[in-house]
Amino acid sequence: MSNSYVRTQMLPPQEAPIGERGAIKWLRDNLFSGPLNSLLTILGLLVVFYLVKLSLPWWLNSVWNANSLGECRDIVAAAGGESGACWAVIKARWHQYIFGFYPQDAYWRPVLAFGLMFVALAPVLYWNDRKGAIMVALTAALTVLSMVLLNTPGTVDLVAIVIMAALFAVAWLMPKKLIFVTLLYPFVAFFLLWGGPVWKGVATLLGFAVIVVVYRLLQSRLGVVVATAAGVVAAAVYWIVLQGYVTGALTAILPIGLPAVSSDQFGGFLLAFIIGVTAIACSLPLGVLLALGRRSDMLLIKTLSVGFIEFVRGVPLITLLFTASLLLQYFLPPQTNFDLILRVIILVTLFSAAYLAEVIRGGLAALPRGQYEAADALGLDYWQAQRLIIMPQALKISIPGIVSTFIGLFKDTTLVSFVGLLDPLRGVTQIVRADINWKGIYWEPYIFVGVIFFLICFGMSRYSMYLERKLKTDHR
Amino acid sequence: MKKSVFLGTLAATTMIAGVAAAGTLDDVKARGELICGSNTGLTGFGAPDANGNWVGFDVALCRAVAAAVLGDQNKVKFVPTTGETRFTALASGEVDILVRNSTWTYSRDNDLKLDFVAVNYYDGQGFMVKKDLGVSSAKELDGATVCIQTGTTTELNLADFFKFNNISYTPVTVQDDSEAQRQYLAGACDAYTTDASGLAAARATMADSENHVILPEIISKEPLGPVVRHGDNQWGDIVRWTFFSLLIAEEKGITKANIEEVAASTTDPEVRRMLGLEGNMGAMLGLDAGAFKNAISANGNYGEIFEANIGSATPIGLARGLNALWTQGGLQYAPPFR
Repeated sequence: MSNSYVRTQMLPPQEAPIGERGAIKWLRDNLFSGPLNSLLTILGLLVVFYLVKLSLPWWLNSVWNANSLGECRDIVAAAGGESGACWAVIKARWHQYIFGFYPQDAYWRPVLAFGLMFVALAPVLYWNDRKGAIMVALTAALTVLSMVLLNTPGTVDLVAIVIMAALFAVAWLMPKKLIFVTLLYPFVAFFLLWGGPVWKGVATLLGFAVIVVVYRLLQSRLGVVVATAAGVVAAAVYWIVLQGYVTGALTAILPIGLPAVSSDQFGGFLLAFIIGVTAIACSLPLGVLLALGRRSDMLLIKTLSVGFIEFVRGVPLITLLFTASLLLQYFLPPQTNFDLILRVIILVTLFSAAYLAEVIRGGLAALPRGQYEAADALGLDYWQAQRLIIMPQALKISIPGIVSTFIGLFKDTTLVSFVGLLDPLRGVTQIVRADINWKGIYWEPYIFVGVIFFLICFGMSRYSMYLERKLKTDHR
Repeated sequence: MKKSVFLGTLAATTMIAGVAAAGTLDDVKARGELICGSNTGLTGFGAPDANGNWVGFDVALCRAVAAAVLGDQNKVKFVPTTGETRFTALASGEVDILVRNSTWTYSRDNDLKLDFVAVNYYDGQGFMVKKDLGVSSAKELDGATVCIQTGTTTELNLADFFKFNNISYTPVTVQDDSEAQRQYLAGACDAYTTDASGLAAARATMADSENHVILPEIISKEPLGPVVRHGDNQWGDIVRWTFFSLLIAEEKGITKANIEEVAASTTDPEVRRMLGLEGNMGAMLGLDAGAFKNAISANGNYGEIFEANIGSATPIGLARGLNALWTQGGLQYAPPFR
């Protein structure tokens, strides 16, 4: 039976009223949804307008080619401007902001080390993912390009191209093998940055081989912790007593290496990266251990962990830096030349490890008790349970906290200017301003350095969001 | 028990440190390099240039000492020190000598166990104001706002000066010198105070330097000079006499350019002694006979160093003033080289 009064076809939908669609609706929803919001929007727009009106001429009158601040001012005045940015200072001194006093003919070394850092990071950041190979390819291209632009000798360029091509091949064909590059990277970077005979790094590396051998020999009989400790002790003995001879012997047989660069020539972003990256890389494992120690049932380990974390979190970073720079000198034997950069790296690492420990402890606490019990029920021992069940979940929960600790750590590297190191923000800027040609310059260095810091920290933050999405397995 | 062990260790450490400090000359010679505590960057006095070479008035003195001790003015490493780290860096042996615009005061000399061995620059604290403020003397600054760097002797001097003259002021404290200059130019304060040499350098680089005046009053004595550790008199003497040799060179008209000529022809016995042509003056300090000749030929005599780094021909344009030789009405006076 059919009813002729019932419409069989829907009418075509009418367009929404003008106030309920498009830009107007968006404006009404987001900016003018009520009297208070309207007022705030108008105020905000006024502030933005005022700021732009104030600073726009300054940006538009930018001067890129001048030899001094005075010349910049003359050029701006000649163009009829009131004020103008003097980016010429960045053009003249950018290399000091990036490399400090690193020898100019050796700029390719930090650049190559920086490029290799991303290669080493690829398998860590993009585990088992084609994106790692793409990252290696991009890095390789950019590194070689920068090296050529920095007037690197042709043979060095050629070697770099070959190395990068080989690394890309590895990344593309067997991405999991690239992790060996990551493990070797600290030694390669140390050798590239500080120079000296190549055997120093090789001999140090042998110490880690000692750890592995001792661990393999003892682990089945004495367990993970004792075997690791024995390995570390054996390696320490080797490093302190034997390594000097090994290095000397190898250097005598085959003296190859790069010209040595001393630590006081490091500065700018090179220094910030050395401190930041080393501290980030070392503080994560240390933070995990401290977090586990704090939740341990063993009284001694628990007390030590709690004491360390609470002490380090209880003092400001600047105090620790002054300790590194001043106090340690008094307690070390006179004339010991314990590198200031190394001292600072150690204390920055300990500082962020304490914060990370608390972040990771938060992740551990968020895991339901059932997970621990399930691990026990499967018959896993403590370390297996941590490695296979607990940590993957706890770390996943803690990603935002960990990354924000890292970002904070990286920005805190600028505090080293207080102990006379050449950080990019204050240390180098102070030196640039001490030049009579650039004395009185103010905003330009800050903006330049700030933009670079922003890009790096923003990059870290975007990566952490990517990682969270990738690891998201629940369906909330 | 534990405490006594700790104190014993501390005492032993101090003793070892004291022993080591006594042989700074030997340390420097063994190392083949002088380590000089310098500034983190002060216009005209000490800063690295675009190529990383350290230049400046204080730096030149370090180079002269390196030339005297090691025979090469480039065998010197400059360690930037901040206002907080400078004296500890010296006391702990991290640097051999500190030439970093440090004011010689009673407590620094005695309480910190340091020795100021000479005064290479007589400075004093002054004021800069905008011309249209219509002030011609610092005593007219009643009720003014003053931009001042925190944690410096200048801050204390300022308080003393206003209190003594029974006038009031409002301090605007800032972190560093560039900040102070910025605030002053932005109008956050009426007057800007720091060492007169710093004021001159700041004024030289201002866009409208003709609109600013430096007031005539100098409200403090700021004798700036090289510092060494207490207790190593030989090393202190080396630094002191290296500086004096630069003064005597100016007095006798010996310059970097004519030093070889003078050495070949001079009959002045004092010059002959100083340049190592006669007697055995260098050996008294454990140095070579030609040590002071090397020091002078490194960057020239005191006057040449002054003119090259901060003198009237440079943009900073400081007059010799108190730093002229005593023969020209200044305070720079060297004892006889005999």
